[in-house]
Amino acid sequence: MPIFPLSIHDLRFAPDGREVLAGVDLELGEEGITLVLGPNGAGKSVLLRTICGLIEPSAGRMAWGGAGGSRPQQGVMMVFQRPMMLRMSVLDNVVLGLKPLGVAGAERRRRGVEMLERVGLADRAGDSARQLSGGEQQRLALARAWLTKPRLLLLDEPTASLDPSASAAVERIIREIRTDGTRILMVTHNLGQATRLGDDIVFMAGGRVCEHTPVRAFFARPRSEEARLFIQGELPWRMRFQGA
Amino acid sequence: MSAFAATFSDALSLLAHFDHSVLEIVALSLQVSGAAVVLGTLIGLPLGACIAVGRFPGKTTLSVLINGMMGLPSVVVGVVVYLILSRSGPFGALGMLYSPAAMVVAQTLLVVPLMAAITRQVVEDVWARYAEELQVMRFSWWDSVTTLLHDCRHSLVVAVLAGLGRAMSEVGAVMIVGGNIDGATRVMTTAIALETSKGDLALAIALGVVLIVIILALNALAYVLRQWAMRRFG
Repeated sequence: MPIFPLSIHDLRFAPDGREVLAGVDLELGEEGITLVLGPNGAGKSVLLRTICGLIEPSAGRMAWGGAGGSRPQQGVMMVFQRPMMLRMSVLDNVVLGLKPLGVAGAERRRRGVEMLERVGLADRAGDSARQLSGGEQQRLALARAWLTKPRLLLLDEPTASLDPSASAAVERIIREIRTDGTRILMVTHNLGQATRLGDDIVFMAGGRVCEHTPVRAFFARPRSEEARLFIQGELPWRMRFQGA
Repeated sequence: MSAFAATFSDALSLLAHFDHSVLEIVALSLQVSGAAVVLGTLIGLPLGACIAVGRFPGKTTLSVLINGMMGLPSVVVGVVVYLILSRSGPFGALGMLYSPAAMVVAQTLLVVPLMAAITRQVVEDVWARYAEELQVMRFSWWDSVTTLLHDCRHSLVVAVLAGLGRAMSEVGAVMIVGGNIDGATRVMTTAIALETSKGDLALAIALGVVLIVIILALNALAYVLRQWAMRRFG
């Protein structure tokens, strides 16, 4: 079932009458990494959860693979800020997503070992997943999602609370997943990461998409006042570190 | 020597000489309670996990009902099982009354709500954290139940131990449906009650010591296993 283009029209989510998504319009093409930026409470994570079907929107529609297309049963995965680590080995955790796809046990393990090598966790395959560091757990979560060969991967702040080297390792894997043909929509608060990883930026505020522009254009000439203020609040901090 | 010390000494002597009647009663107790706990585990744990993961009308009512049944009086369960298994009851033809099988049925009915209620609480907490990811991975409802049961296995030892404690210490139900027949349906708790009423306190104390040692040993083993598992799997 085709996924792209994904067209989101006037998507709304208002639990208890409070509008978290207040009419989101968004078009996603087949390739690239789109970064979702915005202040806390802008509706970024809720948008991701709505796209992957965890939240039923109050109104609006999503057209998958062209006009009138319904949500695909497979091909959309999401990695969370604090990924689930079951009390089992790293290998057993990484192959978890293959179980519902009906992949046989031996084949699951073969693919799992291969994937762990790609994300640099092969030497930890037999260890308990809960004993991994935060960065390693996030790499494992990315590997788990990647192993299912998703067409669209939604990432909700995957590098939040990681140190710079762990973040760099995660970013490297995200680039590889993208090179492998997966479309990525990622929420981040890290503007440096947005410039390093993103092809385009979706800026959200107040439950709406204020602008959707290429990364360079967004940072050079933000079109919306909200985006301009948001960047002004963050950029001086980032530039001081770059200059040091 | 005081009467208490003499009785205690006699009890220890029975244990030291591996008294046949003591061993027979202990063996039957372990068989009956062990079988009830195995059945209770097979029924109670999946039942509790299903209630935790499932979304269905009446879920809250069912949860409250299961919680309430944790304190089910054992004599009431005994009477109900007695009526069901008695000759005029729906399962009278099976001829199970006054047999160890009837005692297993009664004890299973007692431990299932306890194990299901503890399991529901444990699994519900984990489900709240993992639900979204399992749903994104398109886990079916049943796959979610089995995955969570596996993930909570170390915590669920508590549910099994609670069930075992309830089964082994229970006296009312097994007395009613088993009849406390010597050499056939006499277990530790019913024997202790009988011997105490007869004044044979030595045997009652000997059985009491065995009962306590078994429960403490199982709890210690479970504790050690849980500590090891927590270190191994986090």
